[in-house]
Amino acid sequence: MSSREITYAEAIREALREEMARDERVFLIGESINYGLFGVTAGLREEFGSERVRNAPISEAAIVGAALGAAITGMRPVAEIMFADFLFCAMDSIVNQVAKWRYMIAGQANVPLVIRAPQGSGFGMGCHHSQSPEWVFAHFPGLKVVAPSTPYDAKGLLKASIRDDNPVIFFEHKMLYRMRGPVPEGEYLIPLGRADVKREGSDATIVATSLMVHRALEAAAELAGEGISVEVIDPRTLSPLDRGAILGSVRKTGRLIIAEEACRTGGFGAEVAAIAAEEAIDALDAPIRRVAAFDVPIPSGGLEEAIIPKAEDIANAVRAAIEAKGRRGIGPAPDARSHPPSDYPWPT
Amino acid sequence: MNLPDDIILSLYEKMVATRLFDLKVKELVEKGHRILYHSGIGQEAIPTGVCAHLRREDYLIPYHRGWGYMIAKGMDMGRILAELMGRVNGYCRGKSGTHMACFELGVLGKTGIVGAGLPIAVGAALSAKMRESGQIVACFFGEGASNTGAFHEALNMAAVWRLPVVFVCENNLYDMYTPYLEVTSVANIADRASAYGMPGEVVDGQDVLAVYEAARRAVARARRGDGPSLLECKTYRWYGHFAGDEHHYGGYRSVEEVEAWRARCPIRGLREYAISKGIPAEELDLIEERVRAKVEEAERFALGSPEPGPRVALEDVYA
Repeated sequence: MSSREITYAEAIREALREEMARDERVFLIGESINYGLFGVTAGLREEFGSERVRNAPISEAAIVGAALGAAITGMRPVAEIMFADFLFCAMDSIVNQVAKWRYMIAGQANVPLVIRAPQGSGFGMGCHHSQSPEWVFAHFPGLKVVAPSTPYDAKGLLKASIRDDNPVIFFEHKMLYRMRGPVPEGEYLIPLGRADVKREGSDATIVATSLMVHRALEAAAELAGEGISVEVIDPRTLSPLDRGAILGSVRKTGRLIIAEEACRTGGFGAEVAAIAAEEAIDALDAPIRRVAAFDVPIPSGGLEEAIIPKAEDIANAVRAAIEAKGRRGIGPAPDARSHPPSDYPWPT
Repeated sequence: MNLPDDIILSLYEKMVATRLFDLKVKELVEKGHRILYHSGIGQEAIPTGVCAHLRREDYLIPYHRGWGYMIAKGMDMGRILAELMGRVNGYCRGKSGTHMACFELGVLGKTGIVGAGLPIAVGAALSAKMRESGQIVACFFGEGASNTGAFHEALNMAAVWRLPVVFVCENNLYDMYTPYLEVTSVANIADRASAYGMPGEVVDGQDVLAVYEAARRAVARARRGDGPSLLECKTYRWYGHFAGDEHHYGGYRSVEEVEAWRARCPIRGLREYAISKGIPAEELDLIEERVRAKVEEAERFALGSPEPGPRVALEDVYA
């Protein structure tokens, strides 16, 4: 296998290029994708033409609605929504139409479409350009939701998403676009619904996706220095969710920490915690802990760091879980991240 | 315009079928059957006149009112009714109800969200254009849909890409209980076409021959690759917005207004025209008799069809 390293953005572009070359039904539709705001689709128009790399008006509802109409009539569109925050402009198209169409027509046609959406904080762009709404979409039956954390995963998962006969929302993290990593030059696919163990360990399990995988790995490296062995599970797809991998790891380590970039209430962490509580509570040596953003909109500029989990927050949650050993059944330990703490320095 | 007799008779048959089928659904609803019913009675000329120009492989995006599109596109009344009644022999095994599709005939499915069908029609037209299949798309909606963002996004997109779509607005003058002029900035929805650089035409929706002629031009334009058109057909629904609408007769619509529109029955209009052209009344009566028998047969088929087992509710979420 090649040891070639490319960026996450290049891996995504390569997946698009390979799938467009392989299947002429695949086409791209999105706003200013002739270059792409983050440059992901740059160069593809020169290669495949403006019909298949189609600049769309600023009409998110119609972009997704049109992708649906094309998908049920023989094409395999890959739509780009410039920021995941703008998915909400297309909420009816996605949730009421795309997710339900196959069910509504009793399987007379499939809905093979992908919606790519850059997510996440890190650029200080404020509350309309920084959200991580993956879990919102995982709630709805009919959709698949993917959120890769590495260049390798991004390429293999995007190719699999394009070949999937179901609608897939593919979340790309803006802060990861420039991250480099090994990506083989040959063809490979990563099946949706299969988690990856990003680091093996025995004392605690951290479940995280996308950018939070890297913060979890940072935390795990720090904790290793304290003699704490942490396993990091990256589900890679939020829907379908690899429950088996999560439960297997929890049964091995006895402690579960979920790190998520979105705010806490009703989110990914809540679902994973519920699964562990329903299926593996007998294996837990400590209360489950969620490390999530505060339940506030994302502020602009450097302030976003005040609300998004850092590696240190994750490490502290693991330390608390380790200290809680033997307290099974005594009740939840305090979690500083549940809400802004009382001494939080609110601006005056 | 001088249409051959066989076309006149075919339009007549489709309109009568649409009317009698709708009345049958009404009767079943009134007997207590659980059917989501938005009557299309009074508006039969529009789906009939437009769909007469569609080929089997052309696409159709219907909207909530009536079943004329489905009947005109060739769907079977028994299977439509079975689907509406939640029976397993319906087009979608009884799980879809009013949302039903028939892909074999290009009927792509009916959304329950006003306006949401337009972008989907645009996508089907884009697909047809990219595949160079020669198919066109007919997309139906009410005047209320023309106030949604989806309408404006879809018309712009279809126009800028010169897509083969015919947008058909059935303007029955009321957005549910609201006179449309109370909430709409233009009297003619067709005027909105000019904002998107496409032809817009106001058509008398009670005159099936006028609809037929206007649709012929719009369909030909789409087939030539010259892009979309917007037809606004002025019409009126005889009954309420839905089965539970108790205000449609003497409430938000005056009795005089309803009766004046009912006097302009599209079926009677075509019947009088046909007779004036020398088609014997007996031939038209014969058509009505035949259609009536088919509707009765459709009812027997639907009532005789079993209900699906609960497992059907769990199927078809994912491929």
